[in-house]
Amino acid sequence: MNIIETEDLSFVYGQGTPFEKKANDKLNIQIKEGEFIGIIGHTGSGKSTLVQMLNGLIKPTSGTVKLCGEDIWAAPKEIRKIRFKVGLVFQYPEYQLFEETVEKDIAYGPGNMGLSDEEIQQRVRLAARFAGLKDELLKKSPFDLSGGEKRRAAIAGVIAMDPDVLILDEPTAGLDPSGRDVLLAQIKQYHDERKNTVLLVSHSMEDIARTADRILVMNKGRAAMLEDTQTVFSRGDELEKMGLRVPQVTKVMSRLREMGYNLPSGILTVEQAANELQNLLGKR
Amino acid sequence: MLKDITLGQFLPGDSPVHRLDPRAKILLLIAVIVFIFITGNYISLALVGVFIIAVILFTKISLKMYLKSMKMILFIVLFTGLINLFYGKGEPLVQLGIFTITEAGINNAIFVTVRIALLILASSVLTFTTSPTDLTDAVERLLKPLTVFHIKVHEVAMMMTIALRFVPTLLEETDKIMSAQKARGADMDSGNLIKRVKALIPVLIPLFLSAFRRASDLAIAMECRCYQGGSGRTRMKTLHYGKIDAYGAAICLVLLTGVILCNIFLPATVR
Amino acid sequence: MEDFIKVENVSFQYVSDVEDEPTVPVNVLKNISMEIKRGEFVALLGHNGCGKSTMAKLLNAMLLPQQGKVTIDGLDTSDEEKCYDIRKTVGLVLQNPDNQLVASIVEEDVAFGPENLGVDPKEIRIRVDEALKAVDMYEYRTHAPFKLSGGQKQRVAIAGIIAMQPKCLVLDEPTAMLDPKGRDEVIATIKKLNKENGITIVLITHYMDEAVQADRVIVMNDGAVLVQGEPHEVFSQVELLKRHRLDVPQATELMYRLRGRGFFSGVEQAQLPLDSDECVAVIDRIFKQKQAEE
Repeated sequence: MNIIETEDLSFVYGQGTPFEKKANDKLNIQIKEGEFIGIIGHTGSGKSTLVQMLNGLIKPTSGTVKLCGEDIWAAPKEIRKIRFKVGLVFQYPEYQLFEETVEKDIAYGPGNMGLSDEEIQQRVRLAARFAGLKDELLKKSPFDLSGGEKRRAAIAGVIAMDPDVLILDEPTAGLDPSGRDVLLAQIKQYHDERKNTVLLVSHSMEDIARTADRILVMNKGRAAMLEDTQTVFSRGDELEKMGLRVPQVTKVMSRLREMGYNLPSGILTVEQAANELQNLLGKR
Repeated sequence: MLKDITLGQFLPGDSPVHRLDPRAKILLLIAVIVFIFITGNYISLALVGVFIIAVILFTKISLKMYLKSMKMILFIVLFTGLINLFYGKGEPLVQLGIFTITEAGINNAIFVTVRIALLILASSVLTFTTSPTDLTDAVERLLKPLTVFHIKVHEVAMMMTIALRFVPTLLEETDKIMSAQKARGADMDSGNLIKRVKALIPVLIPLFLSAFRRASDLAIAMECRCYQGGSGRTRMKTLHYGKIDAYGAAICLVLLTGVILCNIFLPATVR
Repeated sequence: MEDFIKVENVSFQYVSDVEDEPTVPVNVLKNISMEIKRGEFVALLGHNGCGKSTMAKLLNAMLLPQQGKVTIDGLDTSDEEKCYDIRKTVGLVLQNPDNQLVASIVEEDVAFGPENLGVDPKEIRIRVDEALKAVDMYEYRTHAPFKLSGGQKQRVAIAGIIAMQPKCLVLDEPTAMLDPKGRDEVIATIKKLNKENGITIVLITHYMDEAVQADRVIVMNDGAVLVQGEPHEVFSQVELLKRHRLDVPQATELMYRLRGRGFFSGVEQAQLPLDSDECVAVIDRIFKQKQAEE
């Protein structure tokens, strides 16, 4: 079943002014329940506008967003409920922390949903576990945490609303390699356990290659591709024309393939590449 | 939405008004404001009004922009006018319950309304035609004599410069934080006043923290660039008064003479 | 080449200034020493909290060593009188480009440094134009910084330092907040300044693809130097780097794994490829050799 579906979804910034700019132009996207989607595209390709339209923060200029088959703007006064179902984690989410304790901050979203105290507590614990935050951190001030922990606490604040769709905009930006690995593993694990739909916006092709089932490629406000990860990354030339890259190991393998080596296309990880090369060497 | 505020906006151009030295512009604006308030009858008021409108036409900036800047303060202008309407002394013309309207009241109302309107228009000419950096520069240089009284003119000007630089950044940041909290279900558009103020806390705290973080970063960056306060500092752009500023001053003098003559030889309408 | 920067047995500790917390001093740098040669391009790596940023601030006298000595071009940073000479010699560029621009117009921001140094107005104009051309931002000189992209803002920030005519640039994660395009722009600018203007570069980064472009890589861990050398030497120590929460380029890791499985033993450990071009060339060469042998 399609959990998210868009029909001719468009958004124009500054309509009617000389600065008019089409951020999204007639997008038709279908995302199935339980998928892990990577969203890539250079800055200004319309990724941010798209994800904000998916949870009703931005109202489309024309076209519709359907969540479970229903237009999210059917009842504009109920738009807040959509935001509980489609959780959006912005870039550098640690900059929105504001409560005295981590616990209270994570509880802000569930509190806005009008849940009972017990249920809020339960959700806070669960979200903290999904985000890999130890219990003793919950009583601390969010501002005493390390950079990586702050980031995960902020993400927990959205996970605690238990959304059916979780969208993360550049969740690893600015983290060091180990912080990045921990966070990605945590998101992946959350997806596996909670079995909901995750949309990950990232500039890091390596991150996308490691996590996504399918990739949405945005270019100039349009959906240039929406295919499985292997297929997208085997089209390296097209991506390059859009100012995008493929993971380094994918590039190495496709270059060798072009040189006549018998290798499959769309290799995504170092492990895969090592296995393929081993096969090839072993044959001789 | 926050980005739509246009008050004090700079609109680049190449009109004679744009080319005036920013210091001259500030001094001339002060002069014109004084003229606006010494006008004593309709003729002198009209004289200043015509002058300001002539300057506006000279700036080659669309009248729409001026009207827009008026629109934001229209309420205050009309309100002050209205109050003055009921505060005139003398023979009542109309009696509305406890309110009495006199001829002096009507005159007062018209004068106050027109004066404030002219004041806004004249100030808009300055802000529309002068870049914010030029303005702060000019303020710093005009106020320099005050350093004798241990007033930290350079520091104040530096603060203005930095404030101008960070206003758009912080506005953008506010929008971002608001969106982020809305994504967590914050409800900022409904409920009574107390509820709405409470809903702002999750926006204000991160905003303050961000402003402090930026400030401490900026302090380091400024130190790295050898900032040591105003002493020993030179400026890339030096200001020079030119012919055009002399013309500006001359025109204002003529206007002043006109206003004074009108005030002396024509009966006063107010006071 | 002579040593331009000398860090000798430097230790540095922070004491938490939060009131109700026990004041446990944190040792950020522990008896660390390093040298940087004139005209060198050095990449400084290490996970968060290893002391890189503290090191950066020690290099331009923003911080002073509590023990040991830092000398910049013969000047001791703890000599207070020379403080501004040192900051003029070693320019520091920070991570967030938004927070280091002072003025609302690009060229006025670039002029800020030379203005502080009391340079003659005419000379400032020349320096500003040259600096903006050096970072390829000249045509944006009258723009407002907040309308520029991240990469452009960071290049303006670099120009602001260049206008003070420093001999060395220390950049503390200048690309961490940028998109790939912005990162490329900034790295290209840094390399150009190094090659064409002979400016010594110390680049702190988390991105291995940036570090491999340096002449030398210094890896810090826990306030000390873990390993240093040419990029090939350093990145060939895959195990060591991974153990210290650092990454190696995928191309390097691929060859490393294959060597572990008994292939490519003809490739010296210290010759592991660092980028995709090198990697393709090495694999192709080995295959061709093997074919020829058979």
